[in-house]
Amino acid sequence: MLSFIKRVWATIRRPSVHYSLGFLTIGGFVMGVIFWGGFNTALEVTNTEKFCVSCHEMRDNVFQELKPTIHYTNRSGVRATCPDCHVPHDWTNKIARKMQASKEVWGKIFGTINTREKFLEHRLKLAQNEWARLEANNSLECRNCHSPDSMDITRQSKRAAEAHERFLFTGEKTCINCHKGIAHELPDMGQAGLTLPHSKPSGEIESYLKTAQKN
Amino acid sequence: MKLLSKTIVASALVVAMIGGAVAQESVATLRSGVALDENAKPPQIPAMTNNDLRQVRNYPEQPPLIPHKIEGYQIDINANKCLQCHSRSAIGESQAPMISITHFMNRDNQFLASVTPRRYFCTQCHVPQLETDPLVENTFVDVDQVLEYVAGQQKEEK
Repeated sequence: MLSFIKRVWATIRRPSVHYSLGFLTIGGFVMGVIFWGGFNTALEVTNTEKFCVSCHEMRDNVFQELKPTIHYTNRSGVRATCPDCHVPHDWTNKIARKMQASKEVWGKIFGTINTREKFLEHRLKLAQNEWARLEANNSLECRNCHSPDSMDITRQSKRAAEAHERFLFTGEKTCINCHKGIAHELPDMGQAGLTLPHSKPSGEIESYLKTAQKN
Repeated sequence: MKLLSKTIVASALVVAMIGGAVAQESVATLRSGVALDENAKPPQIPAMTNNDLRQVRNYPEQPPLIPHKIEGYQIDINANKCLQCHSRSAIGESQAPMISITHFMNRDNQFLASVTPRRYFCTQCHVPQLETDPLVENTFVDVDQVLEYVAGQQKEEK
């Protein structure tokens, strides 16, 4: 093994015998452009609505739910496609997300959610993954389009303006905290564990409940 | 005898013709004057009232009207979008009116810990309003006006 590495290293170190310096540099540059461009093009292909709905898991479940919402059709005709919300726009984060998505390829191959029933079974976990991601990155994908700086709350309803003033502008909450289920149907929220923290029984209540059960 | 039967037939004919004319007229009214073989131009969809102002209830038992848009609000076995703001535990944050205590009562008037299933589907009773004229004239009279009227009558009698 070590000898193999040494041999490769020696080959790499040795000056080229047959090819000119010009060929190697220009050829390297051209091939670099082709590979890099090809890589990015392939990456962008996987970043389209068409690619996402080419699998029936997406087309028959989440895509159908997106259709009647404002992010699909609206008065101004701007559409947020799947990757606009589900893939970070920034390159480094995008690559990180694409690497995570390799697990989704695994799921596709082995049919983790290949029926409606299986999808519904997993839907809570899937939704929670997305909520956690958006909470962790301060709803970055929402903010790619919706910025608090350009939000004119005088154009909003009183209710919306008050809520945004109290929670969004103060940074107390992020978009996803209130706007869950904006583009897809919500999973069983009773199981989502989203009720306020005080709903978890404290030690006192727990011990009381235990004694009450004994009696 | 012959004359009588003729009269009956004639009168039946007249009734049928008048009845037909009336029926045709009412059909025409419903279709707003568009011929039967044509499609009427659908009216513009009116905007939903969204001023967040509580409306007066026409009678004490009336379920309050929803003074805001509820487009796309999910109310099903999984989630209830209305309760995100109007539930007991949420009104601190939302400052929305809490669902009344009657929503916690089962049919035996026992209070439950949370919303009773029979009161879960908000839009069965609570409805938003549209910014449009009513299609049919409404002659509803508020009970206060009825009482005032009755009091006036009694005064007149004296």
